[in-house]
Amino acid sequence: MTNTSRITTISVTLLILALAAPLLLGQPFYINIGSQVLIAAIFAMSLNILVGYGGMTSIGHAAYLGTSAYVVALLTLQHGFSFYSASAVALLVVVIMAAIFGAIALRGTGITFLMITLALGQTMWGVAFRWSDVTGGDNGLPDIKRPDLFGLNLVEPGLFYAVMIALFMVALAGMWIFIHSGLGLSLQGTRDQPRRMGMLGHHVWLVRWIAFIIAGFWAGVAGIAFIGYHGYIHPLSLGLANSAEVLLMVIAGGAGTLLGPVVGATIVVVLKMVVSAYVSRWVLLLGCTFVAIVILLPEGVVPGLERLLKSILPAARDDGEAGS
Amino acid sequence: MTAEIALQINGMTKNFGGLKAIDRVDLTIPKGDRRLLLGPNGAGKTTLFNLITGDLKPTAGSVQLFGRDITGLASHHCAPLGLARTYQIITLFPKNTLAENVVLSLLGISPLRWSPISRIKGRKEFEERARAALKQVGLDAKADRPLGETSYGEKRRLEIALALAQNPSLLLLDEPLAGLSRQERLDVQALIESIPRDITLILIEHDMDVALALADSITVMYHGRVICEGDRAQVVADPRVKEIYLAS
Repeated sequence: MTNTSRITTISVTLLILALAAPLLLGQPFYINIGSQVLIAAIFAMSLNILVGYGGMTSIGHAAYLGTSAYVVALLTLQHGFSFYSASAVALLVVVIMAAIFGAIALRGTGITFLMITLALGQTMWGVAFRWSDVTGGDNGLPDIKRPDLFGLNLVEPGLFYAVMIALFMVALAGMWIFIHSGLGLSLQGTRDQPRRMGMLGHHVWLVRWIAFIIAGFWAGVAGIAFIGYHGYIHPLSLGLANSAEVLLMVIAGGAGTLLGPVVGATIVVVLKMVVSAYVSRWVLLLGCTFVAIVILLPEGVVPGLERLLKSILPAARDDGEAGS
Repeated sequence: MTAEIALQINGMTKNFGGLKAIDRVDLTIPKGDRRLLLGPNGAGKTTLFNLITGDLKPTAGSVQLFGRDITGLASHHCAPLGLARTYQIITLFPKNTLAENVVLSLLGISPLRWSPISRIKGRKEFEERARAALKQVGLDAKADRPLGETSYGEKRRLEIALALAQNPSLLLLDEPLAGLSRQERLDVQALIESIPRDITLILIEHDMDVALALADSITVMYHGRVICEGDRAQVVADPRVKEIYLAS
């Protein structure tokens, strides 16, 4: 067995254990944290397409999660839509929004791109905050009912968690397929050598724009899960703090790795929820955790641990098919 | 019967502000030619490449590739038209293996580059052609090594492999020998000599021995202009060339 397949086995085992942990602990409190971790993980994975695989650091990604959640809330509360038909509309809206915002943001790269995503994200926050006739302004929109699924009432935490596991698995599989696809490879190439990729026949701008839309779509999916879980949306959810938090998840966990954002989301949500129940200065602990990650595993937790594991495991060098 | 023209440049001019980087350059490269672009630093050789490949937009003038006007066409249109280039500064994919580097080149001319679902790894047409391209430059034994484990000379050869993998009609080589040791130079020289004659070559190179041995014809540039063109004897005998290039 090569080290790569050993590490894959270890990762899969840990993932299954992590998914089962809230159920083993049994209390609704922990099961609900499990659901929140998975929602944050889907959100962070969507940003990872841009930051990790595309090399485009966006700090306005909460706009897509928030807009999607607002659309579901508005349509179900004020226009009599069912949760699922509202969700379909919400995905359509965020895809169109990502297409327009992407076309604007991709006029720049690097810091310019980052600043434009920040401006666009804050615009959406401003709309949600100021347009109080529709969005409820600072009061937000409360009382969105959790839907039934196949006759089962998802208000029950265990059932909702099961649906989140299924959704997370679909997102994870979709991500794996994407990063190994022609378009996914093309995106990673444009991250490392945009000029060369153009010369090789890859349309760099269009590849990035499509990636931007795909990232917006999955953030929209996370937004639907978010409103399904909380039943409440506030302008803060699409603001800068939320955008920065998800970016932190991606970077701390390991940008450009499949499981990095999942680990990052777990660290942030667990610290936020579990530790804050016992320690009032939990933000301090979160800060210390990030400092520790930056010092000990600067490339992020997942690639960092992978490096450590490779140095611990017996030297079964990965030569792939070399020489065969 | 007139020989087919691979590349025709007419009145090409590029200004960077007040600087005329390229000044009314005309160039005709017949199919199958191996042309050496010679000239001191700042003569505009790489700028001319960038104008041909659409990295830069010309101020004036036109470029025709096999009779087709490609003036100002964005660079991603070049590969499907059979135009490939290498870079003076190594421009490869550091996180990938050598084979994966070539696969990205093959993907550039495949419609699969747009597919968000088709897995590329393990596809025979990519794997086999990538290995063939690596074999052509003598790197097939290292196909699955990450780029970081290769020497500078091997990276230079991989640069050429990426271009050759696309089976281009016209290949622009920008200083393929830059920074190489004597032995590595001979290896890359042999590699360039082994490129099939139906691929038209334009070569920028400072190593006179190698460059003059490889080239069928030579164009000398100076301050953005073509000052002399011909075979080796003609160029070496030209008094202006002696003055500005060889004598300095």
